[in-house]
Amino acid sequence: MSTALHNLVNQPYKHGFVTDIETEAVPKGLSEDVIRHISKKKEEPEWLLDFRLGAYRHWLTMEEPAWANVTYPKIDFQDIIYFAQPKPKKKLASMDEVDPELRRTFEKLGVPLHEQKMMTGVAVDVIFDSVSVTTTYKAKLAEVGIIFCSFSEAVHEYPELVKQYLGSVVPSGDNFYAALNSAVFTDGSFCFIPKGTKCPMDLSTYFRINTEGSGQFERTLIIAEEGSSVSYLEGCTAPQFDTNQLHAAVVELVALDNADIKYSTVQNWYAGDENGKGGIFNFVTKRGLCKGGNAKISWTQVETGSAITWKYPSCVLLGDNSVGEFYSVALTNHLQQADTGTKMVHVGKNTRSKIIAKGISAGRSNNSYRGLVKVGSRATGARNYSQCDSMLIGDRCVANTFPTIDVQNTTATIEHEASTSKIGEDQMFFFAQRGIGSEEAISMIINGFCKDVFVHLPMEFAVEATKLLGLKLEGSVG
Amino acid sequence: MINKGSKILLEVKNLKAEVAGVEILKGVDLTVRAGEVHAIMGINGSGKSTFSKVLAGHPDYAVTGGSATFQGKDLFSLEPEERARAGLFLAFQYPVEIPGVSNSALLRLAYNTLQTERGLEELDPLEFEDLVQEKIKVVEMDASFLSRSVNEGFSGGEKKRNEILQMAILEPRLAILDETDSGLDIDALRIVANGVNSLLTSDNAVVMVTHYQRLLNYIVPDYVHVMDGGRIVRTGGKELALELEARGYDWLRAAA
Repeated sequence: MSTALHNLVNQPYKHGFVTDIETEAVPKGLSEDVIRHISKKKEEPEWLLDFRLGAYRHWLTMEEPAWANVTYPKIDFQDIIYFAQPKPKKKLASMDEVDPELRRTFEKLGVPLHEQKMMTGVAVDVIFDSVSVTTTYKAKLAEVGIIFCSFSEAVHEYPELVKQYLGSVVPSGDNFYAALNSAVFTDGSFCFIPKGTKCPMDLSTYFRINTEGSGQFERTLIIAEEGSSVSYLEGCTAPQFDTNQLHAAVVELVALDNADIKYSTVQNWYAGDENGKGGIFNFVTKRGLCKGGNAKISWTQVETGSAITWKYPSCVLLGDNSVGEFYSVALTNHLQQADTGTKMVHVGKNTRSKIIAKGISAGRSNNSYRGLVKVGSRATGARNYSQCDSMLIGDRCVANTFPTIDVQNTTATIEHEASTSKIGEDQMFFFAQRGIGSEEAISMIINGFCKDVFVHLPMEFAVEATKLLGLKLEGSVG
Repeated sequence: MINKGSKILLEVKNLKAEVAGVEILKGVDLTVRAGEVHAIMGINGSGKSTFSKVLAGHPDYAVTGGSATFQGKDLFSLEPEERARAGLFLAFQYPVEIPGVSNSALLRLAYNTLQTERGLEELDPLEFEDLVQEKIKVVEMDASFLSRSVNEGFSGGEKKRNEILQMAILEPRLAILDETDSGLDIDALRIVANGVNSLLTSDNAVVMVTHYQRLLNYIVPDYVHVMDGGRIVRTGGKELALELEARGYDWLRAAA
């Protein structure tokens, strides 16, 4: 690999600072007492404590999954702080009461908390360590009946809704990390779009892990009632620590008849240094349920961070004629590992799904696409189109594709396309010979490679994603 | 067209170069003036393609001796992209495919990079479209090629025409055509040759690397050089190519 290519991939992580803010944390380790403590701190109702304890007891019986194409040292679950929150914590009457240090942190990250300064038309819920710090534009959204608040707040203000839908898409014992999350989740975002309402602005959650040694276990629940629609954005960063941190989130989406949910993620958790030291273990369960007819759920993700990414945003297409989509760019560099993809489960008639997955590997990284397309026996007329493309930069990285297709209805139509390409010396020389420097060349190739995914991102996210990929790859070609 | 008084574009002296530790070029001398057309011929492995790649700065090749000046500048002190921006163009023997990058986007970026280099205004996509529609006539290509990914799914002939389109857009001072005629049928050869001829002026020059006399019927050289064993062993006029066609290379090798 030439130096220009090399330099291009090796940009420093610019979100790696730590905010000096007093936090209140429970001691390391996990037990029923810790869970009771968290639940009590959050003044939770009995049923939620039962949900947590049930999940915890189930988790104790489960094995950590080993099938993913990633390797890492055994996680000591007793060496994690399960709850950390900025102190003092009191009810905030307005944005101005946010701790100035905290506010500066988010300004540094480009997430201003002042509504006046906000990107126009985006409401933001901000999660710092385990706790939701603030939610903007709440009042404006409430006018049209939309609930957008922290998960903790929803538990207190809308317990019936939470109780009805929590765990309805990702059951508490779904998998090892979902069970762990169900036991210890501390906060997250809650969003409810009532019948017939088109959400007038993009909703956004910004996650930040700050405390060293803490895990982040947030829970997001989005419910779109009949005929409603919403576009939801999620961004994440973390400081640079030498130790690995665990992020095990659960996201549940429910779309009723004719509802439409679009969920976009730009994930830039700290990835560890170039020798693989530190970084986030991003073990996340995201699933959407198209519960009603003609419902649509669309996942778009740009995964650039984390030491290890293990996530499969999925759609269960229960309602007839419902639609699931998955658009993904996963970039790995240095020693990053990603095993990511999707599951499309066709249950209802004439359900359709589309998968466009782009993997980019550079450095010595390992990047796998893993996908499942399952068509049940009732899913007459189901259709799926999958396209999985891998791009290799340099000659020390690895790309894999593990597609699984399981069809139990003969009327289904399944298409799968895959390709592997390489940014090679000859391409770089070609660009150079036409006067184009290596950074521009790479950015052109990468943007060309990813454009089928980027077109599905909201505008600001598309710009951010393009810049981010350039930054992450700086120094990798040359 | 030979004009001994015209400006020297390229001057190569005793150039030696190796790839993976094996010396391929063993002392090449060549002078190219503005307005001239040169042909470099020779058998496989004689060093013709290596010579063109070394001039363009391919990273696999290391210069081990000699010198090259391009418009008065030390060519080997320039990065490959700087050589290109200075007006050195290489039409590739095997043009690479760039999936996902449209031909027009590539052309525009390359063109605007040059404009910036020359202190001129960049063209916006609409202005550039006008330029490219004009230039595409040079190679008789269909406009649909512009929106396709660079060389992806192109036939051999289409790839070569695409190279000449890039040359037409970038208007280099010195174009090196590395076996641009290989793999072309007679119609494509005529189109490519017409394209190159239409781009020739008294200010620029072309160096064609080729196996065959065939191309030289269409693009008539002022000089024909024969390369063998990493050196230019014979230089003559266009009649030398005809002689090679008739007698092969062996008589020259025996003479050398």
